[in-house]
Amino acid sequence: MFKDITIGQYFPGESLVHKLDPRIKILVIIFFIISLFFVDNFYPYIGILLFIIIVSKAAKIPLELIIKGIKPLRFIILITFVINVFMTKGEVLFYLGPLTVTKEGLSTAIFMALRLGFLVLGTSLLTLTTSPISLTDGIEKLLSPFKKVGLPAHELAMMMTIALRFIPTLLEEADKIMKAQMARGADFESGNIINRAKNLVPLLVPLFINAFRRADELATAMEARCYRGGEHRTRLNELMFDKKDIVIFIVMILYFGLIISTRYISF
Amino acid sequence: MNDTMIRLENVTYEYKSNIDEDILTALKNVSLEVKKGEFLAILGHNGSGKSTMAKMMNGLILPTNGEVYIMDMNTRVEEKIWDIRAKAGMVFQNPDNQLVATIVEEDVAFGPENLGIPPIEIRQRVDEALEAVEMSQYRKHAPHLLSGGQKQRIAIAGILAMKPDCIILDEPTAMLDPNGRIEVMNSIKKLNQEEGKTIVLITHYMDEAVEADRIIVLSNGEIAIEGSPREVFRHVDKVKELGLDVPQVTELAYELRKEGIDIRDDVLSIEELVELL
Repeated sequence: MFKDITIGQYFPGESLVHKLDPRIKILVIIFFIISLFFVDNFYPYIGILLFIIIVSKAAKIPLELIIKGIKPLRFIILITFVINVFMTKGEVLFYLGPLTVTKEGLSTAIFMALRLGFLVLGTSLLTLTTSPISLTDGIEKLLSPFKKVGLPAHELAMMMTIALRFIPTLLEEADKIMKAQMARGADFESGNIINRAKNLVPLLVPLFINAFRRADELATAMEARCYRGGEHRTRLNELMFDKKDIVIFIVMILYFGLIISTRYISF
Repeated sequence: MNDTMIRLENVTYEYKSNIDEDILTALKNVSLEVKKGEFLAILGHNGSGKSTMAKMMNGLILPTNGEVYIMDMNTRVEEKIWDIRAKAGMVFQNPDNQLVATIVEEDVAFGPENLGIPPIEIRQRVDEALEAVEMSQYRKHAPHLLSGGQKQRIAIAGILAMKPDCIILDEPTAMLDPNGRIEVMNSIKKLNQEEGKTIVLITHYMDEAVEADRIIVLSNGEIAIEGSPREVFRHVDKVKELGLDVPQVTELAYELRKEGIDIRDDVLSIEELVELL
């Protein structure tokens, strides 16, 4: 039952996009998101779409995989669309029972749906081309300037790494406990929602107890391996900017700067 | 030059039970010396104090009374604790609960990263350590996809990468299948013989203890028997009295002797027995 859950959706590859410094990628995606919210008409979307197409082509990610990223959000996009269609006032196009569809409504609805779609596509490009480890490293490095104001950047990154490490282990364990309970007559699959939730208790209790025991043992093992927080720690793979990282970064800033500027320039 | 790796001086350790205020004594006035390059096996049934002893050798717990020295560094001295842990690495029972990172080589690098070793040297140490446990081809794998024996060897590699002089293994094979046990034991023997690492192996498998230079049998927090495998397993009755088994071959020889067949009482391997018969 838990076997088909994958965490992160990393698509391994050797492309330029894959090899780019994770910090650059995270920053570029942040610019991407910001520019997406600055856009106020349809034309700059061409630029956004172009960015997504070029990056996914360069990273050699199959189209289906990118589309799959939108799937879980299709209802949210649909709801946004429906609400915008019916709730915006303006020039009436036609009536649908008690509801009116306006020209402005239709255009805002499409605009919003596209915005959400692009948002998901753009961010999934990041997770598709960056392994969880380098993503964590990137976040740690990007947050490290905030250490001075008390942000525990290293600890956050360490927590993410350990979470990523133990999710498959805990899922496996949940599966095992579930089968053990089922073998003794537990029923996880029938009844209404409340009953099902109740039936999960015998699964969750041992799972939690085990998780705490694991945490305790892991902490001891980490201490035995001289772990004492982020201070004085070195890394096997230090992140380093090279020329291509910087060039791509500048190009991307200009690109999204251009897209943002379309809001203030009238054609 | 001092060739003592680990020295326990009159060590006592008491646990306070959480339920009632009872005090449980895990170790009673134990003294012990482990020489550099020695392979020591510590045997004992559950609750005999063997895990407590292991944790003490790494400074994870401090004795209630007495002193523990690792290469002449007292584990009570707080400034020395990280040096001690880098010198005396520790491998635990459950391989799943001691791997930190999501990729094998990142995990092996965890120890040296904590020690602040420069990246180039970490790379070198990681490669060497993985080579030593014959896991080089799995460097990019995710640990949860490996077998128990492989995970445990990664854990050993993680300790090796810290370049310790001594490795303490707390029942490293208890959760493994027979193949995994053989893999791990081979790695341990290799480290002892080829790299000269001091090994302290805590186990309850007799066939693993036979491989050691010296065996200590703990019972109720005290050293009950001490000696080379031959000397220890000669006392078949005494070992059994302590709730432990002797290796099958030794037991067979013992039974044969009881039946009146004249045979040595310190047989340890099948080949030996075959030759004698």
